[in-house]
Amino acid sequence: MNSRIDLNTLTIEETRARFQKGDISARELAAIYEDGIKQKNGELNAYIEIFEDAFEAAEAIDARLEAGDMPRLLEGIPIAVKDNILIRGKKATAASKILANYTASFDATVIGRLRDAGAILMGRTNMDEFAMGSSTEQSVYGAAKNPHDTGRVAGGSSGGSAVAVAAAMAMAALGSETGGSIRQPAGFTGVVGLKPTYSAVSRNGLIAMASSLDQIGPLAKTVRDAELLFDVIKGKDPKDATSAEYEARSSLHEKIVIGVPQEWMRGDGMDADVRTIIERAIETFREAGYEVKEISLPHTPYALSVYYIIVPAEVSANLARYDGVRYGLSKEGANVIEGYFKTRGAGFGPEVRRRAILGTYVLSAGYYDAYYRRASRVRRLIAQDFENAFGEVDCIVAPVSPRPAFKLGEKVKDPLSMYLEDIFLVPANLAGIPALSVPYGVVERDGKKLPVGVQLIGPRFGEGILFDIGKFLEAHS
Amino acid sequence: MITREDVKKMADLARIELDASEGAALAGDLERILDYIEKLKEVNTKGVEGAATTALVNEFRLDAARSFENSAALLDAAPHTEHGLVSVKKIIEK
Repeated sequence: MNSRIDLNTLTIEETRARFQKGDISARELAAIYEDGIKQKNGELNAYIEIFEDAFEAAEAIDARLEAGDMPRLLEGIPIAVKDNILIRGKKATAASKILANYTASFDATVIGRLRDAGAILMGRTNMDEFAMGSSTEQSVYGAAKNPHDTGRVAGGSSGGSAVAVAAAMAMAALGSETGGSIRQPAGFTGVVGLKPTYSAVSRNGLIAMASSLDQIGPLAKTVRDAELLFDVIKGKDPKDATSAEYEARSSLHEKIVIGVPQEWMRGDGMDADVRTIIERAIETFREAGYEVKEISLPHTPYALSVYYIIVPAEVSANLARYDGVRYGLSKEGANVIEGYFKTRGAGFGPEVRRRAILGTYVLSAGYYDAYYRRASRVRRLIAQDFENAFGEVDCIVAPVSPRPAFKLGEKVKDPLSMYLEDIFLVPANLAGIPALSVPYGVVERDGKKLPVGVQLIGPRFGEGILFDIGKFLEAHS
Repeated sequence: MITREDVKKMADLARIELDASEGAALAGDLERILDYIEKLKEVNTKGVEGAATTALVNEFRLDAARSFENSAALLDAAPHTEHGLVSVKKIIEK
């Protein structure tokens, strides 16, 4: 084993260089990660399953490298995968009882792309059931723990993926977002997380929650690593009709212009020390000669209300497929309808039931106009707010979360207070634009140092702008 | 005001069997969430066209069947199969 390897700083490009030098083999690297997983997973609960065949994949990569093949983009890179992304022949449960015994019959498009790039899939990571939650406490496998304070949540729903990266149990990971599920756990655990532009990454093989919002994205230690992963998974896919040819948008100005949304920064919307960190980031931009501008996003204070109409509505439709007939849990009833009730009654956990029932309510006769129609109109207004803003700025800076990771059990009994954690996150999802969470400083709670994330929001297909500014922040933190 | 009866009705439409104790708690949760959502009424949405998606393309594809090479796995996933088909309970009574 190579003692000079420090997993806490090892990047994808450095690994590639080491492979080329013959400094370490893919199998050795996978073994170091597996040791770490075995040591830490009992406490942190990041992985639901560790793949036995990771070593076989690593050996095949070593054989290629020994034969003199050029390392591919993610050659031998150990990657963790959120348990709502299908991997052929592996279970895919979405951390739900209803899919506890479901085995995927095909690879999600992103998984095929990871394989083609040489990545090693280490295992399936913990999450809130069907990605509904902000703490992984809704997982049927129990919550993932924050490595910075195991009495606190990892965030969610991609909490397991975030912890796997934060605790060096994978070099990078895939997560998914519907409303903050990559950025929030990334912020809580001190890693980088990207929510890509809607339609930049194929959703084929992602277990659907709210299809007009769902998007797969990377979590990694550095902005550059996240960028490398994004480059591999992005692009049009005939199997997802909403995926698009990636046409990168670059900065409009000679000098980068950063926007600060006045509606988000005023009042007591965040903890004082979190605000100090955001202000420090803004100051750093100014000192570097970026132009900083106050902007207005007048409809974004309504984003969370819009989100909790549109998402439950789409959830109630997407969950109709779990009928106990074709796959998943199946409970016998006296007739086919009673079978549905029993299967879904036994298979869905508390937050999933809550959203399915709320979704049915907002779509039901007499309420559709007041709720869904109104919400979809305000969604348009929110998207227009951002479009207007990106006419004058290249990137918007904001907090990821109003406060650092909360305690396990603190919010799980009060759904609305859990939803409010995502107040700065859901606007980007509703507008379909990319947003990056970059760790930037720490705050202290109960004697422990907890990471805080800065959020960078960009225009459609403006991921490149976010990576550039993210790298700058990283270098000046 | 969301009542337990409202919740029961929605759960029936969503085909979810609820525990006896669950209805009251869900009614309270929904009440608080809908209360929060109420503030959408402040927004003037007159003449605004709704946005169901932010995808810019409207993709068309041939409405043609494709074969799936791993159909055995699909059948394996079904709780009941007969002669290579998924079997379901009879839904039409005489």
